[in-house]
Amino acid sequence: MTLTPARPAVPRLVDQFELGLDAPICLTWELTYACNLACVHCLSSSGRRDPRELSTEQAKAVIDELQRMQVFYVNIGGGEPTVRPDFWELVEYAVDHQVGVKFSTNGVRITPERAQWLAASDYVDVQISLDGATAEVNDAVRGRGSFDMAIKALQNLADAGFQDSKISVVVTRENVRQLDEFQELADRYGATLRITRLRPSGRGADVWDELHPTAEDQRFLYDWLVAKGERVLTGDSFFHLAAFGDALPGLNLCGAGRVVCLIDPVGDVYACPFAIHDTFLAGNLLDEGGFQKVWQESALFTELRSPQTGGACTSCSAFDACRGGCMAAKFFTGLPLDGPDPECVKGNSEHALAGDRTVPATSQDHSRPAAVVLGMPGRPTSIPDRFCNESPL
Amino acid sequence: MTSFDPHAAWRRTPSVVLRPEPFGALVYDFGSRRLSFLKDLALVRVVEALNRSASALAALQVAGIAEADHPRYLAALRTLASAGTITPRQEAIAS
Repeated sequence: MTLTPARPAVPRLVDQFELGLDAPICLTWELTYACNLACVHCLSSSGRRDPRELSTEQAKAVIDELQRMQVFYVNIGGGEPTVRPDFWELVEYAVDHQVGVKFSTNGVRITPERAQWLAASDYVDVQISLDGATAEVNDAVRGRGSFDMAIKALQNLADAGFQDSKISVVVTRENVRQLDEFQELADRYGATLRITRLRPSGRGADVWDELHPTAEDQRFLYDWLVAKGERVLTGDSFFHLAAFGDALPGLNLCGAGRVVCLIDPVGDVYACPFAIHDTFLAGNLLDEGGFQKVWQESALFTELRSPQTGGACTSCSAFDACRGGCMAAKFFTGLPLDGPDPECVKGNSEHALAGDRTVPATSQDHSRPAAVVLGMPGRPTSIPDRFCNESPL
Repeated sequence: MTSFDPHAAWRRTPSVVLRPEPFGALVYDFGSRRLSFLKDLALVRVVEALNRSASALAALQVAGIAEADHPRYLAALRTLASAGTITPRQEAIAS
């Protein structure tokens, strides 16, 4: 909702946001790289805890600073954040300090007792990750048993009277045709459906070619959002689809380093949750000046808030709608940042995707060894093919 | 849905906070977890004045809104009331 009773004396909101704010509107905070699952598309390549992860006291100091900066809410994720022994303590501390919490979980710690605790606490929002409306589709991405675990968590929340939990879906080629089924699941558990875009970040880079929605799927998704998306949250995730026609609800802007950012488990601050790479690392909040100094003064964020050139996209009729798409998606597919999104609905990236491109090497990986597919004989996988196709440079 | 009476006393809903910005303010409701924007600096002044004004109309005076602009600002307040951003202030009505 935007209220403008007066004449347009101030520029458009989007223009204001592109120049950045003194504090983020909200941010994502990954509390740990530890995870009980090993999803094939994990944005943060999570699995093992990092020994440098913030202590309870350090995490509380971050919350104090977010309160001072009036960051009203944080999206807590990981890894699986609830496996941190101090997780519930930190949630309580944040809520007591005017920092609302929405946390993402695979459901592993959402017991009936915990669901009751959550139902009794205001200002906490729970988001259960599910990447298939059936166990078959979900478990292929998130691991065996993960569908049942998520459904059990949703059931526990509903039984406890928790209002309006979220079901969070990363849209893939395998599940895009299940959107109606996801909505039915959400209705069954009194939940709201949230769908977001598959990013080629973290381990997602290894599976993006196979899992990202085809051009036909994207059209289907857009039409579905226009027809039925009113009750669905998207985290402003699909603004690249705005080039199909009408803009989708939301800001339709890349907020990286302007209105959002990511704090990782060791206190590193990145431009956005989909950009965990040295190229988008603004600083560490344990350094002098804390998070505020990184947000307000880092060279990277200053650069992101300066006027951007649209490059090859500026001559496109849809540029005002999609603004060139997602920076992280371009970066991790080896495309130029001032060119079209790899999923450009006008097809303007097809040529670049088909040509020579170098996908950037990861700069951190906390995957558990067991989760790494080695491509040994007798263990067929498509992943080594991809490496072989890469230029050795 | 609250019907909006400009002669009544209003307040910013206790679960709602405003964060000042160059364009106006971010509005966050910790209760509904809804984020919205006030894209007008004078409207921010009006909302902040509600708590110490006897009525919505009085708050417009406190915020220095010209008479000619009152209808637009009252319409904005009506929208804020229906969104739950502002609510009637019972104790002042009683006094």
